[in-house]
Amino acid sequence: MIAVIDYKAGNLTSVVKALKFVGAETCVTQDPAVVAQAEKIVLPGVGHFQATELLKTLKLTEAVRDAIAKGTPFLGICVGLQWLYEGSTEAPETDGLCAFSKQCERFPATYNGAELKSPHVGWNSLENIRQDSRLLRGIMPGSFVYYTHSWRAPVSADTAATTPYGGDFTAAVERGNVMGVQFHPEKSSVVGLQVLRNFVELAC
Amino acid sequence: MLTKRIIACLDVRGGRVVKGIQFVDIIDAGDPAELAHRHAAAGADEIVLLDITATHEGRGTLIDTVQRTARTLFVPFTVGGGIRSADDAAAVFDAGADKVSINSSAVARPELIGEIGSSFGAQAVIVAIDARRAANSNDPVRDAEVFVSGGRMPTGRKVLDWAREAEDRGAGEILLTSMDTDGMRNGFDCALTAMVSEAVQIPVIASGGAGTAQHFVDVFSHGANGGKADAALAASIFHFGVTDSRVLKEELQRAGIPMRLPC
Repeated sequence: MIAVIDYKAGNLTSVVKALKFVGAETCVTQDPAVVAQAEKIVLPGVGHFQATELLKTLKLTEAVRDAIAKGTPFLGICVGLQWLYEGSTEAPETDGLCAFSKQCERFPATYNGAELKSPHVGWNSLENIRQDSRLLRGIMPGSFVYYTHSWRAPVSADTAATTPYGGDFTAAVERGNVMGVQFHPEKSSVVGLQVLRNFVELAC
Repeated sequence: MLTKRIIACLDVRGGRVVKGIQFVDIIDAGDPAELAHRHAAAGADEIVLLDITATHEGRGTLIDTVQRTARTLFVPFTVGGGIRSADDAAAVFDAGADKVSINSSAVARPELIGEIGSSFGAQAVIVAIDARRAANSNDPVRDAEVFVSGGRMPTGRKVLDWAREAEDRGAGEILLTSMDTDGMRNGFDCALTAMVSEAVQIPVIASGGAGTAQHFVDVFSHGANGGKADAALAASIFHFGVTDSRVLKEELQRAGIPMRLPC
């Protein structure tokens, strides 16, 4: 059973629907005990980074940290990926999980002398896909996925794929059982469904 | 590279698509769920479903239609028509929509933009603007006016001001329909689209006037006379020679417009 964490950051309907479509059993929850027992955990989320403050209030941060430590596969989507970092300049007072170092930052207003529109909305390509990524197994470089966001995570050794927009940013991050995607796999057609299928079919 | 989006629009009345999208000369073009899936498979980047009756009695049918359409649709899905409150929007989101498009109701009560955005995120709110050039102005484009109620009622508001206000209030995207070019098949209003696109940071979806693939090239172009649009709505073009999104996108790709081609 996959625990899909509901922290009132947007609509979970699409994520749950897509997970079920690729064969997962899901449980939408705010209960740390349910998260602790789950085979896998998905943290979706759209909107403001500050919404993740509720995870701490509901003691879900600790539950996730413990679950990750014992090896439970975790997938953060969009703001759910950003939460895996130390934080975001969008809400400097709100701590992330610190599974990955550094902060998420806003897209620059200009890039290479040209104005850069933000939010970054639409279909963009996955590049530099790490060969050992389990989450992105079978995904070809250049495959398109759907984005809608204004903040982005920095590129590091844990980056599993990048996307170019105002320079490269982390499209997917993966270290062991901790994974995240900045794009919306539930809205990214066959490519996105393959990513979710890879996660659902991971051996625990 | 970020691609330009082709958005397939389905006009729905009483649970049926009423404007033919993929077939010539068909008034009742079929089942919304089936057509949405066909468009997605052919490479449409998003699907918009507009309830063109939007009557109180029709809401139940609409929710049912949205549910059936969303069930196995895995591209962004927008629903518009008759959404007057945050509760109306919530019902549509619960049924599986990813975004709502609001028009007259947002002009009447601009707070609605923020109300929906605060619960569902700015990315979920598209403000649709029906625009007409100001015929008697020295600068008909800059002074273009917002119309509501399906284009029947002038508001006295300038498109430029309203687009900026919508952005400030938290709209995620602007869907800009030119009433001057709509249905004419002579091309989008590129000057109007470029003006709005330059005035706001959020994406602008161009609508109205598509007749050929070249019209899409023009509205996506960032050149001097280009529309600088981030996305374009395709509806009636599929009546006239271009059979589906795949064919359209291949033509645009050849013309140098970045496109997501379906696998």
